[in-house]
Amino acid sequence: MTTALVIAQLVNGVQFGVLLFLMSAGLTLVLGIMNCINLMHGSLYMMGAYLAAAAYGQTHSFLIAAAAGVLGTMMVGVVVERLVMSRLYSRSHLDQVLATFGLILFFNEVVRIVWGPAALSMEMPRLFAQPIDLVGLPYPPYRFAVLGVGVLVAGALYLLIHKTRTGIVIRAASANPAMTRSLGVNVKLLNMLVFGLGAALAGLAGVMASPIVAIQSGMGEPILILTLVIIVTGGIGSVRGAFYGALIVGVVDTVGRTFLPMLLRQLLEHSYAQAVSATITSMSIYVLMAIVLAVRPQGLFR
Amino acid sequence: MRVSTIFAAAVSIVIAAAAAGTAQAQAPVKIGFVGVLSGPQALLGQDQYNGFMLFVEHNGGKLGGVPVEILKEDSQLKPELAVQIVQKLIEKEQVPIITGVTFSNEMMAIQKPVTEKGVFLIGSNAGPSPIAGPLCSPYQFITSFQLDSMAEGFGLFANDKGYKRVYLMAPNYQAGKDFLAGFKRTYKGEIVDEVYTAMEQPDYLAELTQVAAAAPDAVFVFYPGAMGINFVRQYNQLGLIKKIPLLSQGAVDGSTLGALQDAALGVYNGAVWGPDLDNAANRQFVDEFEKKYHRIPTMFAAQSYDAAQLISSAIAKVKGNVSDKPAFMAALAAADFPSVRGDFKFANNHFPIQNIYVQQVAKDAKGRVSLETVATPLKNYRDTYAARCKSN
Repeated sequence: MTTALVIAQLVNGVQFGVLLFLMSAGLTLVLGIMNCINLMHGSLYMMGAYLAAAAYGQTHSFLIAAAAGVLGTMMVGVVVERLVMSRLYSRSHLDQVLATFGLILFFNEVVRIVWGPAALSMEMPRLFAQPIDLVGLPYPPYRFAVLGVGVLVAGALYLLIHKTRTGIVIRAASANPAMTRSLGVNVKLLNMLVFGLGAALAGLAGVMASPIVAIQSGMGEPILILTLVIIVTGGIGSVRGAFYGALIVGVVDTVGRTFLPMLLRQLLEHSYAQAVSATITSMSIYVLMAIVLAVRPQGLFR
Repeated sequence: MRVSTIFAAAVSIVIAAAAAGTAQAQAPVKIGFVGVLSGPQALLGQDQYNGFMLFVEHNGGKLGGVPVEILKEDSQLKPELAVQIVQKLIEKEQVPIITGVTFSNEMMAIQKPVTEKGVFLIGSNAGPSPIAGPLCSPYQFITSFQLDSMAEGFGLFANDKGYKRVYLMAPNYQAGKDFLAGFKRTYKGEIVDEVYTAMEQPDYLAELTQVAAAAPDAVFVFYPGAMGINFVRQYNQLGLIKKIPLLSQGAVDGSTLGALQDAALGVYNGAVWGPDLDNAANRQFVDEFEKKYHRIPTMFAAQSYDAAQLISSAIAKVKGNVSDKPAFMAALAAADFPSVRGDFKFANNHFPIQNIYVQQVAKDAKGRVSLETVATPLKNYRDTYAARCKSN
């Protein structure tokens, strides 16, 4: 275990966390402001990837494909919000879970009907095609682009939420939805805006992930689970919580997957360590979430 | 007699004659096809169906000279649903033969319910080790392969190529563990590390960084489906394909090359069939498939095409009388058909005795990304579990 390896894995963890932040920011706002559990957030991530891949197939330009992915997903989000989500705000959480789970199945089938069951692929932008040298190890430069985009978006979100009027309204609605409503804020418009913003961010996450992962039906579910863990750990309704929570989960997951097996091999007998480490590493972030919920149930940053 | 009576008598005679006539004609043999036809893995089941039907349609809807009715069912990769489907096929439709079966977990669920009713199970993809060994049944015939054989072949290949330090990776489930165990049975060098990743994990950058730091001579992995696409793509993005040879199973076959394209060039794959195998049956199969589907056939289609040929040869041998089970079983075991793999024989557990090839992803003569056979580490190989099959 060399310093180079530790540095490389920390970079991995941070870029993974930043990608997860793009997903969590939208979901935490929806849950915090509209008090609505939205399980189909992962499907928005999937739509972002699919729309980008489809647009790339037509135009062969990553920038146009990215724009198509983000804007397209935002439009999908707004349509879903108007047609389905707005009817769910007053319903119980179970109804919301059932309805949005149904939407997951719906979108999984829609992409299969439109684009077929085989996975699509998105080409890596030529600028980032060659691996670079990071402290002596090969590293894909595209990951730094993901990191950069994520940090920029985090900065822009910070400015939006803390330095603009819209941001004040969003923060107020997140802290006390009922009071905000009675102060005369156009709640329908606010909900549409927040959901649309969340969808755009999820779409952006999907676009950024598309050159790295296989684009196929059901690709949103693993990310959704991690996102839910993050917003619970970070604190529901808090974008700051989503940011730090995402970074923590990203780093803990990456470090857990890579260094925990080494640690276990020192402590336990070899074959036993092998059998146990795979299971324990996949549990590491859930254990973290459980500890946070036990010690500070409202989340770390709320 | 009145006209109406004569008319009634005439109609009755015509009907009786017609009924007698159809009693002579062969009722179509019903064959149940159970495969994964929806969801992310749909391409596998779909190609099994495509390969099977290619042969049936080529023969005018007949197998062995007898018309067949293929009942197509989607198991959706749910073993409990597969069990319900086969029960329906056996009890309601009274099928004598069930074919297809894409995934191992489905096969494990249905093998006993099907074979204990005396229904013939002609599996054309899944070949889990328990049914190759202690749980084998004389009613099962597998035209694909036993997965461990590929791993064992790769172990020998790694020895031949002089790879002294190999890094192993697989998803954390039974098939992954079995597969890596198979490699370790024949490989004689040093195992640098054996890493099990989460199922459906999308991003392997952390694990690949470890691999790059460990700098082994080769990496051996089992990553089917989307996991394979993600792994190979990210392996390529780190520039490792040229530096550290990647020996893989399930990651670069017909189901994933469509998504990977050039990113997979140079990666190795284990197989029992390749589109470049040089025999008449294969050339005909590949040509017909390409004409109909405008792409290179996958191994799933090839295995299923062979299943159709096998059933056809057996039905011909028993002259359509599939209800004579001992005769039909003997006819199937004879495996007297021109396989797209060349010579074809069954072992005692009714798994094939066949060559195990190592292929490399390369462009074919038409510039398409395909698989090129580069080595044959095992010839006429009987799988390791056959010795444990005692009942056949």
